Amino acid sequence: MTGKRISSPEELEQLRKRILSKRGSNKLIVSICTMSVCGQSRGSVDVCGRFKEEIRRVGLEDKVDIKETGCQGFCEREPVVIIFPEGIYYVNVKPDDVPEIISTTLAKGKLVERLLYTDPVTGEKGAKESDIPFYKNQMRIVFGNNRHINPTDINDYIALGGYSALSKALFQMTPEQVLEEIKKSNLRGRGGGGFPTGIKWETTKNAPGKRKYVIVNCDEGDPGAYMDRSLMEGNPHAILEGLIIGAYAMGSHEGFIYVRQEYPIAYENTIQAIKQAEEYGFLGENVLGSGFDFEVDVHCGAGAFVSGESTALMSAIEGKVGEPKMKYIHTAVSGIKGNPSCLNNVETWANVPLIINKGAGWFNSIGTDRSKGTKIFSLVGKVNNTGLVEVPMGMTLRRLIYDIGGGIPNGKKFKAVQTGGPSGGVIPEQYLDTPIDFDELTKLGSMMGSGGMVVMDENTCMVDTARYFVSFCCEESCGKCIPCREGLRTLREILTDICEGKGQEGDIEAIEDIAKAMQDASLCALGTTAANPAFTTLKYFREEYEAHIKEKRCPAKVCKALTSYYIDPEKCTACMICFKNCPTEAIHGGKGIIHWIEQEKCIKCNTCFEVCPPRFSAVRRISGEPLPLTPAPGTKVIREKRR
Amino acid sequence: MTVTLQIDGKEVKAREGMTILEAAKEAGVEIPKLCYHEKLKPYGACRICSVEVERKGRARIVASCGYPVEQGLVVRTRSPRIDRIRKTLIELIAPTTMVDGEVVGEIKKLAKEYGANIHRFESRFRAKPTRCILCGQCVRYCDEVIGEHAIGFVGRGIERRAVFFPEKAKACLTCQACFDLCPTGKIPSETDFVVFDGFSIDDYLAGEL
Ligand SMILES: Cc1cc2nc3c(=O)[nH]c(=O)nc-3n(C[C@H](O)[C@H](O)[C@H](O)COP(=O)(O)O)c2cc1C
Ligand code: SF4
Ligand code: FES
Repeated sequence: MTGKRISSPEELEQLRKRILSKRGSNKLIVSICTMSVCGQSRGSVDVCGRFKEEIRRVGLEDKVDIKETGCQGFCEREPVVIIFPEGIYYVNVKPDDVPEIISTTLAKGKLVERLLYTDPVTGEKGAKESDIPFYKNQMRIVFGNNRHINPTDINDYIALGGYSALSKALFQMTPEQVLEEIKKSNLRGRGGGGFPTGIKWETTKNAPGKRKYVIVNCDEGDPGAYMDRSLMEGNPHAILEGLIIGAYAMGSHEGFIYVRQEYPIAYENTIQAIKQAEEYGFLGENVLGSGFDFEVDVHCGAGAFVSGESTALMSAIEGKVGEPKMKYIHTAVSGIKGNPSCLNNVETWANVPLIINKGAGWFNSIGTDRSKGTKIFSLVGKVNNTGLVEVPMGMTLRRLIYDIGGGIPNGKKFKAVQTGGPSGGVIPEQYLDTPIDFDELTKLGSMMGSGGMVVMDENTCMVDTARYFVSFCCEESCGKCIPCREGLRTLREILTDICEGKGQEGDIEAIEDIAKAMQDASLCALGTTAANPAFTTLKYFREEYEAHIKEKRCPAKVCKALTSYYIDPEKCTACMICFKNCPTEAIHGGKGIIHWIEQEKCIKCNTCFEVCPPRFSAVRRISGEPLPLTPAPGTKVIREKRR
Repeated sequence: MTVTLQIDGKEVKAREGMTILEAAKEAGVEIPKLCYHEKLKPYGACRICSVEVERKGRARIVASCGYPVEQGLVVRTRSPRIDRIRKTLIELIAPTTMVDGEVVGEIKKLAKEYGANIHRFESRFRAKPTRCILCGQCVRYCDEVIGEHAIGFVGRGIERRAVFFPEKAKACLTCQACFDLCPTGKIPSETDFVVFDGFSIDDYLAGEL
């Protein structure tokens, strides 16, 4: 091996000091997310390139370092540029803004006002990360390091104290003490089930068998969620360190990191991280000179939602079809090739080094009675600030959605929040003060899941929502067992019928019967939870189902078959906007002549509704009531067009 | 080692490593099953064998064909909850196994026993009935017992199908061990003993299945 190999805790500490002193403490750091899909797709690579160019041009290389990082969370405002140590925060930066940032902020320490973040609710500007509500109310103990780390450079992680927890575990603790610390921390799995991590580790540790496996689950099949991807891309060493510590505690010498195929950057960065960790002696034989051996392999899997299920994932690692199996004997006892195998989620592993370094007591000081620490959510949907957010357990849904998410856009009303991914449930307004906690969310019929959070506003139809998630699961189920396969197939058809105005008497009971059979009898947790969207929408919004079935009315006016579009002649100013935008030329009228919609031609694409200027609001959606008469063709406008 | 458990109120002795379904059978309690076969590894796909178990005061529903017996386990093979599951499962599977308006084979017996309305979801079944419930007995028998792998699964979710692989199916002409296993009689009725008509990977790939 090369001379990089570290063979004692002292050498690790010396290396850390060397890295820090070489970097100098008074350099400015420009941090840009170039290693994540969200940053890249919004042009952060170009911004970064421009920074490099300009800094070279003006000769600031000695004073400024550029840090290319993974996802920093506020993806919607990318490209984001953060300037440390102060944490000056610029959003939606374009390459042409770069010279000004350099001459104003980097050279003179002044702010470029127009690039600061403006709060959509209060209109206030925030100069620093810490001024921005989206960040201010978070607690980023796991995710926060992403913005200080170039994931392809192990030195960045070491500079922040990386691998010191591993060093502590190996040299100051016995495997039993490490296990005890994790048990005492009350850490629960972040992959969905919330299973106590320490107990799982203990099961694997105590299970008979010489070969034991530790595995990272980075399948993340939930379509709207990307926290595992962002951690794996942005801070792979944290997960690796957690995994090695776990292996030491459980007496495992082989590990796997399962990364879905659709995550090429995560895959690349993981491979790179493993290579560097091997060079430094954190992996391989005689880790850090402790005598402990550990190797890890990356497995790239075809990403289906069901592939993330533990038995399916382990089958895939064995080289078989990734399909769930019965697991009345836990995989912690009999997993890969019948050997004890401990599978944990990316975020779960990432918490381990923190707990070892700071202690179970510290971890227990965050969160609720039965859910400790923080959880990362992917906040999406009808909310002002979308992105990845990390909050302490126990924060209420309301605070997350309003204080961090900035509430619902366009003055619309909140209707429900769907948590837990495609097989989670919806939670209505009256439960917004529920604290985020594994058991509290389950009580409401939803779940923590892996941390997906979709906010819905008043213009969302709950039957349609259920139909959407059921359809997703229908395509993602493996199809092995009857309740899940046939249950989802039938549920999808019933829900589609209801949305199309073809609901029948008895449909609600049918949905309930099917959902119950799926929940009770499915083989794996996909099937037992896939009816949650149907269950919870029925539980909290039953009247919407009834309106669809009995009155053929969609209260949210979303379901196309039950909704018609109508232009209010009193409000129409004949501005021609909808007229021009209608893709089927269903709108008649002209300059100064009131517009009207020819129903037979209307495909209910919602275009006219969206383009009609809010100050006119002449387009109405009508459901469950007769359509008012349209004016005779050629009628002149009644309302005066205002400027 | 033997363990003692309770099945439908009866004390039953069983050997460790047995499943509930096997222990019940020895004790004379019949549990319905569609994917279990004594020569094959437990599979757990049909879920008709679901039973209620109570352990340390906590009740849950498990597939009896896969759940190992335990000392002191309390098992109920019939209860309102179990009967309802079985009824719904049969109702869900009925449309795909319908032949001339009637369900066939084992499904017919179970429909009667559990009072399933086989037409309940008929109008909602918009796929082509395949007569196959994907119990996988043929696939697993061919794999685990015969060692030929002449039949296998393709597709995922509601697209999942069991198909013969023609190049391997030559062995089938003399074997046909799976013919008697099929709980709906699909294999013998749709296979004319020479070619696997309408039931092969070729048809699947051609979009016929
Ligand atoms: C359909 C299905 C999909 C799953 N997908 C994931 C996933 O993408 N990532 C994950 O960590 N766990 C996933 N799980 C949960 C895993 O089975 C397993 O419980 C988890 O990885 C254990 O880690 P934890 O204890 O750290 O949560 C999934 C489970 C099911 C049933
Ligand atoms: S519950 Fe669904 S995903 Fe799980 S084994 Fe059954 S069919 Fe497959
Ligand atoms: S016999 Fe047990 S699941 Fe089919």
